[in-house]
Amino acid sequence: MSERLCPRDEADVVEAVRWAVSNARTLDVAGSGSKAPLGRHIQTDATLELKGLSGVTLYEPEELVLSAKAGTSVAEIEGLVAASKQMLAFEPMDFGPLLGVAPGGGTLGGLIACNLAGPRRPSAGAARDHALGVRAVSGRAEAFKAGGRVVKNVTGYDLPRGLSGSYGTLAAFTELTIKVLPRPETVETLLVLGLDDAAAAGVMSAAVGSYYDVSGAAHAPAELAARIPAVAGAGVAVTALRLEGVKPSIVHRRGKLEAMLRAHGTLSFLDADASRAFWQGVRDVEPFAFPVGGALDTAPAIWRVSVAPMAGPAVGAALREIGARCLYDWAGGLVWVEVPGTEPHSARVRAAVAGAGGGHATLIRASAAARAREEVFQPLDPITGALIARMKNGFDPGRVLSPGRMYAGV
Amino acid sequence: MSGLVMPAPRADVLARRARIIADLRAIVPGEGVIDTEAEMRPFESDGVTAYRQLPLVVVLPSTTEQVSKVLAYANANGIPVVPRGAGTSLSGGALPLEDGILLGMGKFNRILDIDFANRTVVAQPGVTNLGITTAVAHEGFYYAPDPSSQIACTIGGNVGENSGGVHCLKYGLTTNNVLGVEMVLITGEVIRLGGKHLDSGGLDLLGLIVGSEGLLGVVTEVTVRILKKPETARAVLLGFPSSEAAGACVAAIIAAGIIPGGMEMMDKMMVHAAEAFLGAGYPLDVEALLIVELDGPEAEVNHLIDRVAEIGNGLGCMTLRASTSEEERVAFWAGRKAAFPAVGRISPDYLCMDGTIPRKALPLVLKRMEEMSEKYGLRCGNVFHAGDGNLHPLICYDANTPGELEKAEAFGADILLLCVEVGGVLTGEHGVGVEKRDLMPSMFNEIDLAHQERLKCAFDPEALLNPGKVFPVLHRCAELGRMHVSGGKLPFPDLPRF
Repeated sequence: MSERLCPRDEADVVEAVRWAVSNARTLDVAGSGSKAPLGRHIQTDATLELKGLSGVTLYEPEELVLSAKAGTSVAEIEGLVAASKQMLAFEPMDFGPLLGVAPGGGTLGGLIACNLAGPRRPSAGAARDHALGVRAVSGRAEAFKAGGRVVKNVTGYDLPRGLSGSYGTLAAFTELTIKVLPRPETVETLLVLGLDDAAAAGVMSAAVGSYYDVSGAAHAPAELAARIPAVAGAGVAVTALRLEGVKPSIVHRRGKLEAMLRAHGTLSFLDADASRAFWQGVRDVEPFAFPVGGALDTAPAIWRVSVAPMAGPAVGAALREIGARCLYDWAGGLVWVEVPGTEPHSARVRAAVAGAGGGHATLIRASAAARAREEVFQPLDPITGALIARMKNGFDPGRVLSPGRMYAGV
Repeated sequence: MSGLVMPAPRADVLARRARIIADLRAIVPGEGVIDTEAEMRPFESDGVTAYRQLPLVVVLPSTTEQVSKVLAYANANGIPVVPRGAGTSLSGGALPLEDGILLGMGKFNRILDIDFANRTVVAQPGVTNLGITTAVAHEGFYYAPDPSSQIACTIGGNVGENSGGVHCLKYGLTTNNVLGVEMVLITGEVIRLGGKHLDSGGLDLLGLIVGSEGLLGVVTEVTVRILKKPETARAVLLGFPSSEAAGACVAAIIAAGIIPGGMEMMDKMMVHAAEAFLGAGYPLDVEALLIVELDGPEAEVNHLIDRVAEIGNGLGCMTLRASTSEEERVAFWAGRKAAFPAVGRISPDYLCMDGTIPRKALPLVLKRMEEMSEKYGLRCGNVFHAGDGNLHPLICYDANTPGELEKAEAFGADILLLCVEVGGVLTGEHGVGVEKRDLMPSMFNEIDLAHQERLKCAFDPEALLNPGKVFPVLHRCAELGRMHVSGGKLPFPDLPRF
């Protein structure tokens, strides 16, 4: 049976990894476990649960910087910065609703390890773009640091970015420093109603490529829009364009966008509160949510696909034959795909991505059996695969840190 | 060269020079291989002219296939390779090696794809930074990172150094604006990372490549995102009686939730130097001058200009002028952009430093730098990317006065150590190169550096790519690969287990 190791500080983490290396045991590196069903399904000898390393260690709003222990809850951090009218600008999604896990459970370490992002990704970046510094313990049972606490820093390799999205396979984070930014004063959303996917991609491209600072561009076909309460009443497909900032600017930009888009479809509008609810729904992929505690083995499979924005609809079209439903974010560049039934249809999904000009597809929700059997992340070419295996050799030669979570044998 | 120790040249490589040149000519025909001293001379240094070294040979490939063959050949024959873009590095990143091939990427100068609908440009690495903006400007787009050398520096060099510019706070560094690369490994193998889509599907190798200073591979193609040029931009000049007051204004602007497109500070010496150089109309009675640029839709810019003015007035600014025309905005910036040549006019030589500090430490750092200036007997002016804490002290010296370069270098090292002491870093945007290499242990301990070097080992186990840069001591990868772990006790037995 898998054991839980609950370190209280960095020295404990070093000890835990030392134990694992010396005894050839494997560790599942976790924060609170809120994203445990993400990635390849692996079995380890113990879980290294980092949520005991908790607490904000530095927050200087005027310096736009925050440091916290890796196990600090994201909800706590978001609450703290909100009190200073700031935010994590990359708008990290909460995987809870998709994975049938209670929302709000994630930790800062998990957020960086999984490189989370949200609808503001095209303009504000992902977690990787906001990670300034890390302290971590590698699979050599050594604590190390990289990066710093300032935004502009090119001293040495950019390991904070390189470890973003490493799912605990190279090192266990113990403390992280991230950039925070001011919250926009207010928000509104312009809706274009009744567009098909391809027309929506065109409208989103024009809007995002305009002078009017659109900080979110998403499209929900009618059937999925009906599952997002803020726009469910529309009864048709909804293409949403978010405007954030100071009020006079939003009024100006909305007017310009309305003039630009009037010919494309019926326009509608969401106020600040409705906007916030709507974009949180898009961020957390509300139309594909699964009941908390539900058996994931019975849930329809979900893919997260990233392609060039204009290529999004081609992915949707190619997968329509198998009855897939698609929600589009990032002006079309992010496609959330729900495949009917529990079979992930990997070959079909990967072919659709390749056919749309390339990108990547990650199997987000599937049974443990499927996640043990299928490639969850975008398959690597042999040269890149060998390179990543050599990186693993450098950071975790004993293969003790979440081996196989991303790629078999690594 | 002052006291800089580079890896000892490999005698066997030097002895085989004629053979190596003949072999390289078979890969890159015609004028692509340069071996005479006179023709190699222009390549002997980069932007740090204090360091000079003729390479073994200069190779100027024009295809990815040639790059691949040159690297595979170098790898098979144990020959170091130094990649070079336009040679504008301010940290000696492209300093040649006596026993090394200097791989100039200047012939990769084509833009391959412009995609306005997806807002991307695919360019070869030798295209200049400004060249990308120029290619998309007719549709109102631009490429955001704008290092001061943007007219000359190349996008490949920008990827190598993770270059910044004055607009980083709002628009990010190179790493936040690069979507993909094609890269050749030292083995000659070619990999592609990223593309027109966002994020990597797994490990973020692209994030590691950007800023790796030519130590991990040679980039042969770059995909960047382009942005719509802001509808309006206006700048405000604010003069303050002290750098503390100017610093307080910067903090207050950010605390008010305003992220300006650019926010620069100049000290009195730099204001006077710039004014004497081109008469930008700067106030000469101030101790510190701020240039704050707001960009975006017109209604927003006008609204924010008023708020910045209110903040400045509340903090005792002595002069306040907002630009009312594009010409005036450009004039406000002209003095700042000419800061380096302006110093060149009042001093025969200068060293440009590049530390970053937490902004709140600015008054302390400025005071300590004044003390150092007295101690070394050298003048020092300051320009400061105030929004992100990136400091550029310019140390004036005269290379013809014996010992002054060494004094200036010691002064510069003291400044960078001070940056680290107050919680900052050695380099914000110029890179470590050779210039800051030996200061790395002030920021990182041996274990930290060993983890960085292991990344290098995964890409280039024989350390043939740009050796002598970034790391003060190059360990052998075999040595770094060993693991000494003992102590098999079950950890922290006092904790409850489940």
